[in-house]
Amino acid sequence: MSDNLGNLELIHVFYWLKELLLSTGLGEPYVTIVSYVVLGAVTFGVLALLALFLVWWERKIAAHIQQRFGPMRTGWHGWYQTIMDAVKLLQKEDVRVDKRDKFVFFWAPVVCFVAAFLAYVVMPFGNQLIVADLSIGILYVLAVTTFTVISLLMAGWGSNNKYALLGGMRSAAQVVSYEVPMVAAILTVIVYVGSLSMVDIVEAQSGLFINWFIFKLPFGPIAFIVYIIAATAEANRVPFDIPEAEQELVAGFNIEYSGMKFAMFFLAEFVNMFTVSAIAVTLFFGGWNGVFLPSWVWFLGKTFLVVLLLMMFRWTYPRLRVDQLMEFAWKFLVPLAFANLILGSIMKYLGWYW
Amino acid sequence: MGKLKTEEFVVNMGPVHPATHGVCRLMLTMDGEKVVKIEPVIGYLHRAIEKVCENRTYPQCIPMMDRFEYVTSMSTNQVFSQACERLAEIEVPERAEYLRVIMLELNRIASHLIFYGTTAMDMGALTPFLYGLRERELIIDLFEMTCGQRLTYNYIRIGGVSKDIPKEFIPKCREALDIIEGKLVDYEGLLNENPIWLIRTKGIGHLPAELATSFGVSGPVLRASGVDYDIRRDDPYSIYDRFDWKVAVCQNGDCYDRYLLRLEEIRQSISIVRQALDGLPEGNIKAKVSPKFKPPVGEVYSRIENSRGEMGVYIQSDGTTKPLRVKCRGGSYNQLQALPYFGTGGLVADLVAIFATLDVILPEVDR
Repeated sequence: MSDNLGNLELIHVFYWLKELLLSTGLGEPYVTIVSYVVLGAVTFGVLALLALFLVWWERKIAAHIQQRFGPMRTGWHGWYQTIMDAVKLLQKEDVRVDKRDKFVFFWAPVVCFVAAFLAYVVMPFGNQLIVADLSIGILYVLAVTTFTVISLLMAGWGSNNKYALLGGMRSAAQVVSYEVPMVAAILTVIVYVGSLSMVDIVEAQSGLFINWFIFKLPFGPIAFIVYIIAATAEANRVPFDIPEAEQELVAGFNIEYSGMKFAMFFLAEFVNMFTVSAIAVTLFFGGWNGVFLPSWVWFLGKTFLVVLLLMMFRWTYPRLRVDQLMEFAWKFLVPLAFANLILGSIMKYLGWYW
Repeated sequence: MGKLKTEEFVVNMGPVHPATHGVCRLMLTMDGEKVVKIEPVIGYLHRAIEKVCENRTYPQCIPMMDRFEYVTSMSTNQVFSQACERLAEIEVPERAEYLRVIMLELNRIASHLIFYGTTAMDMGALTPFLYGLRERELIIDLFEMTCGQRLTYNYIRIGGVSKDIPKEFIPKCREALDIIEGKLVDYEGLLNENPIWLIRTKGIGHLPAELATSFGVSGPVLRASGVDYDIRRDDPYSIYDRFDWKVAVCQNGDCYDRYLLRLEEIRQSISIVRQALDGLPEGNIKAKVSPKFKPPVGEVYSRIENSRGEMGVYIQSDGTTKPLRVKCRGGSYNQLQALPYFGTGGLVADLVAIFATLDVILPEVDR
């Protein structure tokens, strides 16, 4: 474990905890298990707080774009509004449709919630601040983020509601389509790094900002734009939020969910948004690389900037139609992404890059 | 590989649905995402306004009329008062006519601002909604200043208007018009050339002129289909013939034209209000009309150009203080009836766009 965890301040607390557990006379395997559980819980807690913060932040951004105040009553500029909302949702009655598919209906929000957090196992929050540096890091992220679509399909099917089913089908089609350009854009980076590990990707961009892949790669901006468009679609946000298109499908896949189950979908959406932004930062903006400030501050700061970009998309654009969305993916993004990948690979082979 | 077997299914869009602006129910037969058949089911907002009017005196009918079309209730006041005036041949004072035109046009602007906001919102852009309502607020404040009400005004009465405008109305009104005119540029900048907006609206929901006229569609929807017809010009009422303005007409009859046309109408209305403010004479605001208003025996149909098309009221009088029969006509009703004939063939998202640009409001359909 010490290979993965470095010399950051927080890590000392972790070691102190491990020492404490060992001194109580627990055996080594148990201590490891307990330590990992604590580590997971801390990661989960931080992310849950981040999601709560993002909800509040989005509301404030939206409000200021629309020239209003947004939440103002709960604390300074309504900072604990989301917490109050979560408390309210916890108290609400859990309304269940009579003719639902019980098993699927119950597990859909759970799968969605879990899938949203899985990607953080390999997320490099800072210098050596990573839960596990898997050698297949980015591949693992791509694999687990796609889990979300299964949960949306489950919700759509289990609700026994036509709108929900339409939403589920739409999201399946959308995520499958946008996965292709997304992977192609990520591959452009992988070709240059020569490794799937997240830590390797970040370390390949160390140094000045000129080493970030968005500047360093040939056509790096194109790869980033393709990625960010596909990521917006992955996170189901405007202009690609057709699975939950309010005015067409009322609420889409989560139409029959209420109370905490709805909150789980809702928070998962924000965690997903943070995930895709964090991957964008890791791949294109040098991850935690930066000067003066601690590495995790750089990582979070950059990620919040990308999140801000996604939020500004949401509050300025209308929504695409479902067939236009597919057309855009297959006729424009996929060719662009692959052309970029092929050109980038050729230039890598010939050594035409710095 | 053989063709996949698909099955049509029925989706009830409404009566409670975010995109139906109230309680309209569209029974959609769908083939996957494609809308095969639309069947509007109306009546969820029926309040029997016409019947209620039969048991009320004429002045008491005007507040009922406010509820007939509450987005532009100045128009409903005007159309009913105008019918009564024609029935009893009452001469409306000059100042009252000017005030009426100012209020009617301001209300048209307010209604089109709501249209701008809700249409954009139906296509997923949430910000324009707030912008539209923000500018509408200026107009609503003017109304509140004048008659104390923000939605159902009961302002235009038989023979004139209920109250004169306060002193600060005219400068405030000019200021509001300037702001709205400036913000129109923002509105257009936000949507007019937005590529997503263009592919969502251009060529979507084409309403041919023949279909529109055969269904009695009127107002902006008709003019967007290329028919140059505006009751304010073609069958002048009040004092519209004194102002210099143009009837906005578009040719394509798709969602984009219906949207553009309404923005242009806001400009024309601003021009009319400015001219009316300039020419506003001093004088009496109400002709002398007895509270026990008794029109002579007879019948009358009065119509005006509302922001949703022709709004008409038919009154049959038996010479007592209460009307024998009142019949209201709203533009939304005809537009909704035409919808099944040109709204099919697209996806659900297209239908939402079409429904939004028709600017149907349900109180006018159901009455």
